[in-house]
Amino acid sequence: MAKGVKPRVKVPKSASAGETITIKTLISHPMESGQRKDKEGNPIPRSIINRFVVDFNGQNVIDVTLEPAISTNPYFQFDSVVPEAGEFKFTWYDDDGSVYEETKSIDVS
Amino acid sequence: MELTRRQMLVTSGAALASVAGLPAFAATADDMIAELTGGAALGEGAITLDTPEIAENGNTVPVAVSAPGAKSITLYADGNPVPSVATFNFGPLNPSQNASTRIRLARTQNVMAVAEMADGSWQMAKAEVKVTIGGCGG
Amino acid sequence: MKKVAIAATAVCLVFGPVSAEPDDDTLIINEELEMVTETAAPAHLENVSTIYSGWRFRTDETQSLQLDDFDNPAMIFVDQAIDLFNTVDGSEGKSCASCHESVEDFKGLTASMPKVIDGKLTVMEDLLNNHRATAMGAEPWKWSGPEMQSMVALIGVQSRGMPVNVAIDGEAAPYWEQGKEIYYTRYGQLELSCANCHEENYGNMIRADHLSQGQINGFPTYRLKQARLISKHNRFRGCIRDTRAETFAEGSDEFRALELYVASRGNGLSVETPAVRQ
Repeated sequence: MAKGVKPRVKVPKSASAGETITIKTLISHPMESGQRKDKEGNPIPRSIINRFVVDFNGQNVIDVTLEPAISTNPYFQFDSVVPEAGEFKFTWYDDDGSVYEETKSIDVS
Repeated sequence: MELTRRQMLVTSGAALASVAGLPAFAATADDMIAELTGGAALGEGAITLDTPEIAENGNTVPVAVSAPGAKSITLYADGNPVPSVATFNFGPLNPSQNASTRIRLARTQNVMAVAEMADGSWQMAKAEVKVTIGGCGG
Repeated sequence: MKKVAIAATAVCLVFGPVSAEPDDDTLIINEELEMVTETAAPAHLENVSTIYSGWRFRTDETQSLQLDDFDNPAMIFVDQAIDLFNTVDGSEGKSCASCHESVEDFKGLTASMPKVIDGKLTVMEDLLNNHRATAMGAEPWKWSGPEMQSMVALIGVQSRGMPVNVAIDGEAAPYWEQGKEIYYTRYGQLELSCANCHEENYGNMIRADHLSQGQINGFPTYRLKQARLISKHNRFRGCIRDTRAETFAEGSDEFRALELYVASRGNGLSVETPAVRQ
């Protein structure tokens, strides 16, 4: 598991049924591109988060494929419709096999 | 004719250079786009691509892309060592088919967005981003 | 050919440097916290009448990264510091939280640092490592390492929006004088002092960089270049290294004095920690 990987997600606490909300997500991750070389001149192997999936109550909102050109500490902002109360599930997949998850509940008023 | 040493050096040098100068086979952004779309025609006008004119630091460049009605949007940076940047696949709960992120740009180049629309057609938008070398501590 | 070249040069000279002044934007964080990014220079500043936060010299895109705590990439590290605050470390089996009920107790601390404590000029990193040693029996954190700087940032956030207010008189006076002397001393093969760029040329371009006044009210700062929190001493080192000089070390007395002096040049600006810069 890459060291010190921590997600940070902004989801409003509540919305009206059917409303569109904006979600912001950050995760700390070095996103080692594979282009850098170490002090001896050897290439540092690629090690990035390669996929980010957001589902709400089991339905998909967005599914992102990441390449090494995504900056360190990947940031994504996107919209989702909120049909009913429920839970957003955020999943990041690492090249090294680790999976990072975060969930946020939202009420419907 | 008799080859002088100079002529020998020049010809063999040129021969070496032409072989050594061949880049390792690397796909360009255009190659990747053609592979993605199957060579389909690329329309314009459906994608809004928001990039800075000048990136204050090429390590972290904010990019926003929007294509209402798209199934997916793929981003490329045509001057990066690996041109592909990201693909946003929009799910059924996505109302607006837009996304913002931050990308690395190795140098001044074009950021390209290619969208697959709901009807299977393809769209493209392109914007140049100047990437400067910075100043002191830059 | 020659005529065309001269005409072209003349055009370039006429257009001159790109944008001279800091921009006019206002910084309101999370749509509610209004920050002072421009104010009258403190009385001790002889050659500058208005001081500006470095935020005012950055492009719109860089500025926007600081507007919201979910856009600000530094905040993931502040979050990590909250975890650290609650983590037991050291021979005494304590965490910060064991004694400090809430990190909010530190409101106002950063705004007054560095300061003289028990006769010695103390910066935040000193305070943290000394405290870790005596109260927790914990190993010192590396000066510019992620644990230290995320904690310095977490404590800094508690003062965010408050005016920088470091003392320069009394016990602080000799350190302040030392720092001031360093600020105006030319270093390195390039023989540049801090003042050459940050006092005499702020607002101008140095290559493609828009020079700021070199204020430190936003440190630790998330630099886009390194994509992580950067400490003040790390930045001082970088700057002096770029004059091609043998620089002072992080945690050196020289940099402590310089930190006090540079902080005092920003007295009146809001603490902006954690800022986002290029």
